Amino acid sequence: MSLRAELGPYFGEYGGRFVPEALIAALDELDAAYTVSKTDAVFQAELSELHRSYTGRPSIITEASRFAALAGGARILLKREDLNHTGSHKINNVLGQALLAKRLGKTRLIAETGAGQHGVATATAAALMGMSCVVYMGEVDTERQALNVARMKLLGAEVVPVVHGSRTLKDAINEAMRDWVANVANTHYLLGTVAGPHPFPVMVRDFHSIIGNEARDQLLETEGRLPTAVVACVGGGSNAMGIFHAFLDDDVALIGYEAAGDGIDTPRHAATLQKGRPGVLHGAKTYVLQDEDGQTIESHSISAGLDYPGIGPEHAWLKDSGRATYVGISDAQAMQGMMDLSRTEGIIPAIETAHALAGALDLARTLSPSDIILVNLSGRGDKDMETAARYFGFLKDAE
Amino acid sequence: MSSRVESVIDAARATGRGVLVGYLPAGFPDVQTSIDALIALAESGVDIIELGVPYSDPVMDGVVIQRATNAALETGFRLTDLFEIIRSVSAKTDTPILVMTYWNPVVQYGINRFANDLKEAGGVGLITPDLIPDEASEWIAASDAHGLDRVFLAAPSSTDERLVSAITSSRGFVYAVSTMGITGARADVDIAARSLVERLEGLGAKRVCVGVGISAAEHVRSVTGYASGAIVGSHLVSALTEGGPEGVARATSELAAGLRAEHPSRLNPSKGPQ
Ligand SMILES: Cc1ncc(COP(=O)(O)O)c(C=O)c1O
Repeated sequence: MSLRAELGPYFGEYGGRFVPEALIAALDELDAAYTVSKTDAVFQAELSELHRSYTGRPSIITEASRFAALAGGARILLKREDLNHTGSHKINNVLGQALLAKRLGKTRLIAETGAGQHGVATATAAALMGMSCVVYMGEVDTERQALNVARMKLLGAEVVPVVHGSRTLKDAINEAMRDWVANVANTHYLLGTVAGPHPFPVMVRDFHSIIGNEARDQLLETEGRLPTAVVACVGGGSNAMGIFHAFLDDDVALIGYEAAGDGIDTPRHAATLQKGRPGVLHGAKTYVLQDEDGQTIESHSISAGLDYPGIGPEHAWLKDSGRATYVGISDAQAMQGMMDLSRTEGIIPAIETAHALAGALDLARTLSPSDIILVNLSGRGDKDMETAARYFGFLKDAE
Repeated sequence: MSSRVESVIDAARATGRGVLVGYLPAGFPDVQTSIDALIALAESGVDIIELGVPYSDPVMDGVVIQRATNAALETGFRLTDLFEIIRSVSAKTDTPILVMTYWNPVVQYGINRFANDLKEAGGVGLITPDLIPDEASEWIAASDAHGLDRVFLAAPSSTDERLVSAITSSRGFVYAVSTMGITGARADVDIAARSLVERLEGLGAKRVCVGVGISAAEHVRSVTGYASGAIVGSHLVSALTEGGPEGVARATSELAAGLRAEHPSRLNPSKGPQ
């Protein structure tokens, strides 16, 4: 059976809709509009044209030979989502959902954001389509991603710092859901990853599947073959699902790199699939970092975009079935990966993405030069300059 | 299977009044004070206790309840405390205790084990704000096996088909969400509530209580004019925060005064025109 054909609301035992009844009508409305849009030539043409003339798709593939030489094993190819307008893969999903929201007659977009990339992408779409925009962002994240807060404001969005709970991404999602319950008549909740209640996990995956579809065609054309492995970093899991999906039915290894923070055996990490248990969070049954009583445990990662104690339900399903594997990369390994790619290829990746790069190097060491690793280069690192400068001590040098 | 919640609602209806359902979170500000506050609720005029389980990600709740449940978690609240609290309160009062809980704590505790321990402690059932009947087959089986009530929510945005599902899946009452929004006191209780209750009754609901945003005796009076009961949460939590168990007693008495007004139409469930 084709793994690609999975349409939700369940992926095995995962997924579903664990939300207040007041949201069900909105989810049904969205699901119906989304289902229609899939076969609606006008919608698809509009989205394709936006991707061509606004996002800058198709994104290119860059071979990272000097970077791969650090490992001395497999070849490493980068799918350059960092070159998309707004600097990450997030725009793929945002433009799709914003078009749907417009069709539904909604005039207001709300979003949660961790790293700020999804918030920036949503604010961008709102500006483009003349909609108002509110972005919820944990107070902790507004501090470590201050540059993206400024970008959102410049784009005309209101940024609301969330001061409840752990004041990070998970609390921003709670706050966005509360807003949506109260304002569902004119508001679309533009969820930024493959988590949440149905139809978000399938819909967000489908809007991002363009990444893997393009890359698969590009490799077949230039290499005449499929890659040995496809790898990506995993926060909520959207860039990973986006590049994995096209390869689900192929004989290709799929590896997701989770944030291991201080280390996977310390309490400070965001390795939900490796250290969590099945439970319910943010509207879906999935793996959750939680205590014995089912209280969500705060995650930790140097990268705001991976600092999330949940995970999209499709990843939970792929993990249990063994179709994909998930590995932890620590803060220190990720920062090394960020520096390595910058200095060998002249490409500064987002810290989120750097987890996948560090993982790819580890993997490359175990493979041979005839193997190809395809990495989803999910975003660029401009937003992370302050964190990186502090981490590497560049600020001290300048003083 | 007889439901104590249904009996309480029916008995109140027979005397021409609706019921007052009072919410407080378990373990806030600490376990003993929350026990005292719950007893104060029961002794001051609440007909049914809604006991909230503190949870790290309460998407249905506004700031007042969020602050209280967060505080309870910070002082170390555990699910075992919940059953202890129910045991202590039900030893002192006959007022039925419904537990309001987000779904993950129940899943982690074990659905059957939760049902068993709830029953054993003296609780009568669950209100589940983020569990819709479509996802509830295990809970429906467990609550049947243990003779527990299960209260599902109905919203102004729910289709008739979904309202029917809430009605047929619920035992005790159906929780009508008064407005499209989260918990928290509001100046006006939506007219949406009245039409939702009418729709539910038209589709066969026998007992409907209205919650979210009810904070004053006049709300209680107007809501119990058309529904089986009124549910008050944030207002009582504020009273507990500011005045301790005595504050809860005072606020409850004031709210209960709203029940005394006569509602002749409620005497006869097959009501005629108002
Ligand atoms: C560049 C980049 N990559 C990855 C992520 C992680 O999200 P996801 O796992 O949904 O791709 C983020 C999130 O903010 C991001 O900005």
